[in-house]
Amino acid sequence: MSITYLEAIREAQARALAEDDRVFIYGQDVGAFGGAFKATKNLAREFPGRVIDSPISEDAMLGLAVGAAIGGMRPIIEVQFADFSTVGFNQMVNQAGTHYWRTGMPCPITLRLPCGGTSGSGPFHSQSMEAIYAHYPGLVVMTPATVADAYHMLLDAVKIDDPVVFCEHKLLYYHLKGDLGSGDRLAVGKARIARVGRDLSIVTYGAMVHEATKAAEELAGEGIEAEVVDLRTVKPLDTDCIIASVARTGRLLCVGEAYPWGGVTAEVVARVAGEGFNFLDAPPMRLNAKDTPVPYHPDLWAVHRPSARSIADSARRLVQM
Amino acid sequence: MAFVEAEPTIELLSVKALRFMLVSRVLDDKFASLYRMGKIHGGVFLSRGQEALSVASALSLQPGDLYAPLIRDTAGRLAFGESLLDPIRTYLGSALGPMRGRDGNVHWGHPRLGMYAMISHLGAMISVVSGGLLAHRLQGRRSTVGLSSVGDGATSTGAFHEALNQAAVEQLPLVLVVANNCYAYSTPNNRQFACKSLVDRAVGYGVKGVEFDGTDLETCLRELGSAAARARSGQGPQLMIANLLRLCGHGEHDDASYVDPNLKTSQVGRDCLEVAIRKLVDSKTVTAEDVALWKSRAIDDVERAVAQGQREPGPDPYREDWSALSTEALVERNWPQ
Repeated sequence: MSITYLEAIREAQARALAEDDRVFIYGQDVGAFGGAFKATKNLAREFPGRVIDSPISEDAMLGLAVGAAIGGMRPIIEVQFADFSTVGFNQMVNQAGTHYWRTGMPCPITLRLPCGGTSGSGPFHSQSMEAIYAHYPGLVVMTPATVADAYHMLLDAVKIDDPVVFCEHKLLYYHLKGDLGSGDRLAVGKARIARVGRDLSIVTYGAMVHEATKAAEELAGEGIEAEVVDLRTVKPLDTDCIIASVARTGRLLCVGEAYPWGGVTAEVVARVAGEGFNFLDAPPMRLNAKDTPVPYHPDLWAVHRPSARSIADSARRLVQM
Repeated sequence: MAFVEAEPTIELLSVKALRFMLVSRVLDDKFASLYRMGKIHGGVFLSRGQEALSVASALSLQPGDLYAPLIRDTAGRLAFGESLLDPIRTYLGSALGPMRGRDGNVHWGHPRLGMYAMISHLGAMISVVSGGLLAHRLQGRRSTVGLSSVGDGATSTGAFHEALNQAAVEQLPLVLVVANNCYAYSTPNNRQFACKSLVDRAVGYGVKGVEFDGTDLETCLRELGSAAARARSGQGPQLMIANLLRLCGHGEHDDASYVDPNLKTSQVGRDCLEVAIRKLVDSKTVTAEDVALWKSRAIDDVERAVAQGQREPGPDPYREDWSALSTEALVERNWPQ
């Protein structure tokens, strides 16, 4: 059965609530209204008292999650847009992220962040936050790109004893459809080869997996076979899978939707340069958004972020080096 | 038929409180001395002048309640039930302490026992207590109370506002104790807030607010006991503003030369320990000899505990697991070094 990425997130939460009494959901408008994106549609009715509306207080929402997690619960916190999680940043990185290290007591929180750009959303409803959370110790950062991963990784996130930042991409919510898959699932922290190729490795995550796959199809028409690596989690980062891919292709293009300074793509390039330098036949290349706030106008936004077109252009230059 | 434990009289409670206050003060003096000898890594932050409020906070709680002490709550932490060794091991960086040398000075706790390990960001612990209380509510444990301790400086943070509003919306049994000690580090009240009294804020949050003399032990015991009882009976958050003066620097590195001398001679400048001893001796609840004996026992206990702490090993960096995650499979071990 084919469902959307958003429905997968809703279904995963329904299953987590049904399977584990410790799970509850807390966030703005998540109750009777069902959430700004309807990711919690009908859950308040199906699980009375366990899907709780919060005031607009991201710091207090995440502080409450820390206390509830220490108190034996498994809170899922929905921040309405990832951008607003900056207000609760302190509780996540300084409280949740340090708690196990300091006290020996785990702090199992799932922080759901609707992230990434959509046309017309502008500077404060479009940001990609994975790099700043990944920078801090004590947090797991997931960036699912597929319907099946959105479902299964969210269930994984709730089960993990450590705080998880779950970066769900808004652009995929309604448009990406797929089934939940069956059989063996990849373990948390393992990357996936989304497309096999011999000429270069495009390493990416989240919505950019789909842009990279489109670019790879375009390149295939020109005789360039790109391998696409979907990181799935950016922390931990599956360095082995990345380096194995680069060993096969000899070329690395790392693509991210976040701002260009530092971040996931820089981390990937640093690791490949440090540990897989001998496999490289060309300098490693990165492609990110531009170093400005995310623009409002669709024409500006389309160029601000990497796209299938800009990824294909970068790949062409890389294979000629 | 089981015995029903009678409510302790205010006299008995005061005597119990006084003994914790004495230990706290003796411990403070010892930490100050160890700091000056260079025996402590990092800062030392004392509780002088806040012992009455601190001990009364902890004594208002019952088994199963939650407590988020802050920087000047040595007396309250001891009264909540921790070992004298805990603060000593934490300050000395003992590997056997609750924080195992990973965190130090005032940042220790026992979250499994309902006593949280504070972080330095002020106001951040309030919503954590609320989370513990919400967990209790969801688990069907309805009679517990949570107490969070902050200072006047924390009331200016967004975290304080968000958390108190949130607790009020959820009608949680939260007792929020504000030790208004006149200064946040060197910043006086008139650069911290513009309202006449912090208790005026209670009505804006829709919570009960009480302002009282934080230098008087009996007042602290009565006010906080009543506040905890109101919270326990379903009357929602309680904002408790205690006026007192910090009788030390922010930390031992700070000589507090900025403190207004007029404050020191005013009601808030009274030493709560001296006031408590005088009142309890005057009322013949205790004798001066009792107090002297308890103090000398406290000195013995502290000296013995410090000697033990100093003999204990510090953390071994080569045996440290360097893992900030409890899920071993997700720990990255392959960082280039």
